[in-house]
Amino acid sequence: MDILLLSRIQFAANISFHILFPTITIALGWVLLFFKLRFNRTQDRKWMDLYLFWVKVFALSFALGVVSGITMSFQFGTNWPGFMEVVGNVAGPLLAYEVLTAFFLEAVFLGIMLFGASRVPGWLHTLATFLVAFGTTMSAFWILVLNSWMHTPAGHELRDGVVYAADWWAIIFNPSMPYRLVHMLLASGLTVAFLIAGLSAWRWLRQDRTPAVATGLRFGLTLGALLIPLQILAGDMHGLNTLEHQPAKVAAMEGNWETRGNVPLLLFALPDEAARENRFEIGIPSIASVILKHDPAGVVPGLNDFVAEDGSVLHPPVSAVFWSFRIMVGIGMLMLVVSWGGVWLIRRRGVEGLPRPALWGLAGMSFAGWGATLAGWYTTEIGRQPWLVHGVLTVKEAVGDVAAGMVLSTLIAYLVVYALLIAAYLGVLFHLAAKAGQPAKPALQPSLQPAE
Amino acid sequence: MFHPEALPLIFAALMGASILLYVVLDGFDLGVGLLFPFTTEAERDRMIASIGPFWDANETWLVLAIGLLLVAFPTAHGTILTALYLPVAVMLIGLILRGVAFEFRAKAPIPHKKPWDIAFWAGSLMTALSQGFMLGIYIMGLQWSLATVAFATLTAGALAVAYSFIGAGWVIFKTDGALQLKAVHWAKGGIWGVVLGMGAVSAATPLASPRIFDKWFTLPEVVALAPLPLMSALLVALLWLSLRRLPTRDDSFAWFPFVGAVVLMILGFFGMAYSFYPYIVPEKMTIWQAAAATESLSIILVGTLVVLPVILGYTVLAYVIFRGKATKLSYD
Ligand code: HDD
Ligand code: HEM
Ligand code: HEM
Repeated sequence: MDILLLSRIQFAANISFHILFPTITIALGWVLLFFKLRFNRTQDRKWMDLYLFWVKVFALSFALGVVSGITMSFQFGTNWPGFMEVVGNVAGPLLAYEVLTAFFLEAVFLGIMLFGASRVPGWLHTLATFLVAFGTTMSAFWILVLNSWMHTPAGHELRDGVVYAADWWAIIFNPSMPYRLVHMLLASGLTVAFLIAGLSAWRWLRQDRTPAVATGLRFGLTLGALLIPLQILAGDMHGLNTLEHQPAKVAAMEGNWETRGNVPLLLFALPDEAARENRFEIGIPSIASVILKHDPAGVVPGLNDFVAEDGSVLHPPVSAVFWSFRIMVGIGMLMLVVSWGGVWLIRRRGVEGLPRPALWGLAGMSFAGWGATLAGWYTTEIGRQPWLVHGVLTVKEAVGDVAAGMVLSTLIAYLVVYALLIAAYLGVLFHLAAKAGQPAKPALQPSLQPAE
Repeated sequence: MFHPEALPLIFAALMGASILLYVVLDGFDLGVGLLFPFTTEAERDRMIASIGPFWDANETWLVLAIGLLLVAFPTAHGTILTALYLPVAVMLIGLILRGVAFEFRAKAPIPHKKPWDIAFWAGSLMTALSQGFMLGIYIMGLQWSLATVAFATLTAGALAVAYSFIGAGWVIFKTDGALQLKAVHWAKGGIWGVVLGMGAVSAATPLASPRIFDKWFTLPEVVALAPLPLMSALLVALLWLSLRRLPTRDDSFAWFPFVGAVVLMILGFFGMAYSFYPYIVPEKMTIWQAAAATESLSIILVGTLVVLPVILGYTVLAYVIFRGKATKLSYD
């Protein structure tokens, strides 16, 4: 296989694995701060129980996020040397600021947050918790600035094929940055909301019916119900922004080949790139035009506009973008129905009154946020092809000259490690949830009590 | 704002400093992992507790070092990292195994604890060996041949031994009782490994690189450099003497082996840095040829000068908070 494809698969595998864990830690940090502040305020034991359970999940996710993130930072050099050579003058400072203002902050205060509760005064522990949450959000900010700049570059100039920074303000607040940041932070919040609701529902089903579990369930559902409308709104605005800056991506998301008005919203289709048409199309007439142009007759760009004179294709692969977008939006709609339905049921009958199917449904959606987040990133990133930095640098120009066999063998090694780790992670999460339900036994053999 | 000629030098120094900090700080917690085969489960819990609050931040110095290479020397980083593709991958997988095993061993069901301990050890070993291997290939000018791989195998072993030694020093410093006594024994064995490793690498380096040979053995350099090996020899002697008396009854000087190991590493590092200067890709590219645009470097430097002291400040705070002998780790 060729080196470009292998390197792309390897990068996609590594970042997909990486993003799973930041998606949890970014929002979970703030949720832990909330639990802690509630406990400080009410002195109600259940908040402490919630904190002590979820802080374990946080610590585990954080470790996975850190080690996979380190892999990411080496990837630029090992697989994409052209990236830094061309846009290093912009990407460099952004990455440097991420390390300086975010990574050290998180890493140092994480130690104090996790293990320092009995060693430092209460306020310092709360402050450490805050700084960890703040640090994860800062790192999301910086990396999304860079990622957004790669989608909608601004504030730079090109001299002899190398990018130089001209206006840092324009670089940082590039056109898609605010949308992507908001959308990603909300995605993180939703992932955590459904994780908490789902694991709590699972514990409830296993007859682990303590006040902490009931509160966790109510908290997760309420958070989800609050965030999902915001997310749908943010997603819509994000799409409009993309229409302005990366029309080819939106055309692929909509599966729209011809530039025209009255574009239908496709619920199902099999885009066929060879024939340049959709097969088995099912759609609602004119709705895509309404969403994108707020007018049924609104003209929406089509994929055929992005074919060069000589016939070479300048738009991203259609099926992958089309379907990953539908998966994300589909999960979003499901989240809307489930969270609002759940909150409505709880208001009417209380947590005790939740029917078993509803509980199983929630438990089944524990990791729905992961699904939507990955699908969203695939939409965004595959939709940028063939560009690495839109209009500046293609992926092909950036790839490193490494033996394909080497990339393949390391790729296989990564995949094996990642598969094992995800299995272990899920296993341990449910193990912790099951263990939390058992009444604490007195430690008979202290040496067998693992240190946390 | 900054002198354009000075910037690359400043960044080379910053990168060197963060590599040095990484090697010392992550060195001790990797070393703790390397010592796992010689321990009982209770001892492993205690050793893990001694590094628990620190390892994550320690590792961040590697991220900073690689980040600085990436951002300050964009044209060099590709050459270096593509040449080191395989050992980098081994190191990354090692770091992954070690980092996650740390969490999993405490949270997985109790029967799974042993396999995670093995993963912790294996990850530490992969990391230490691959880092040493990369150092060797780097010294050899990023060439892959039978001779360079043989040399790199030597440096790989030497670095793993050095990490184990500093790890043992850390355990002496942070624990007491039987475990501390055990660590003194490890260190007594380890110090000979360190002497052997440092000696072999120092002997092989000038032989392998004519340029470094000239840099070391011409006058007046050879006189100016003489303090490095002399100080190292003195330090090794002091370490040996102290290890024979440790542990003392009132635990005085328990810190000495660790600090001695740190100083040894610093000496070794300066010897190495001196040999390479002014190259960033050995024999091919100097730090000035590889540096990024002045504007971008200035922007980073401003931030670095403001933030780095703060980082150092709260790093020290963490070591102060968790001072004293390691006890059980817990979240409440
Ligand atoms: C700082 C830069 C950056 C950031 C924050 C992200 N990406 Fe990305 N992504 C790239 C920089 C990049 C890249 C270097 O530009 C790649 C490598 C090859 C390519 O096509 O673009 C890429 C490709 C790429 C691909 C393969 C697309 C293809 O080749 O067809 C996927 C699936 C993802 N990314 C997924 C993600 C996910 C899940 C992210 C969430 C964290 C993410 N990306 C953030
Ligand atoms: C190519 C892109 C990326 C690179 C190179 C990268 C790099 C890294 C590195 C090196 C770490 C470890 C830092 C440490 O030692 O503490 C890390 C952790 C982290 N990253 Fe990324 N990252 C990328 C994408 C992202 C994205 C898109 C997000 C968020 C939207 C993100 C959010 C985080 C967070 C929150 C952490 C802290 C650790 C955790 O919470 O698990 N990263 N990343
Ligand atoms: C239901 C309505 C939603 C709409 C209309 C929507 C819209 C969008 C659009 C248009 C993009 C592509 C942005 C680009 O062009 O680069 C995107 C990306 C993304 N979406 Fe959604 N989204 C929705 C729901 C969700 C949900 C529920 C999640 C996760 C819980 C999510 C997570 C993401 C992520 C992580 C990305 C990639 C990062 C980014 O570009 O912002 N989305 N979304």
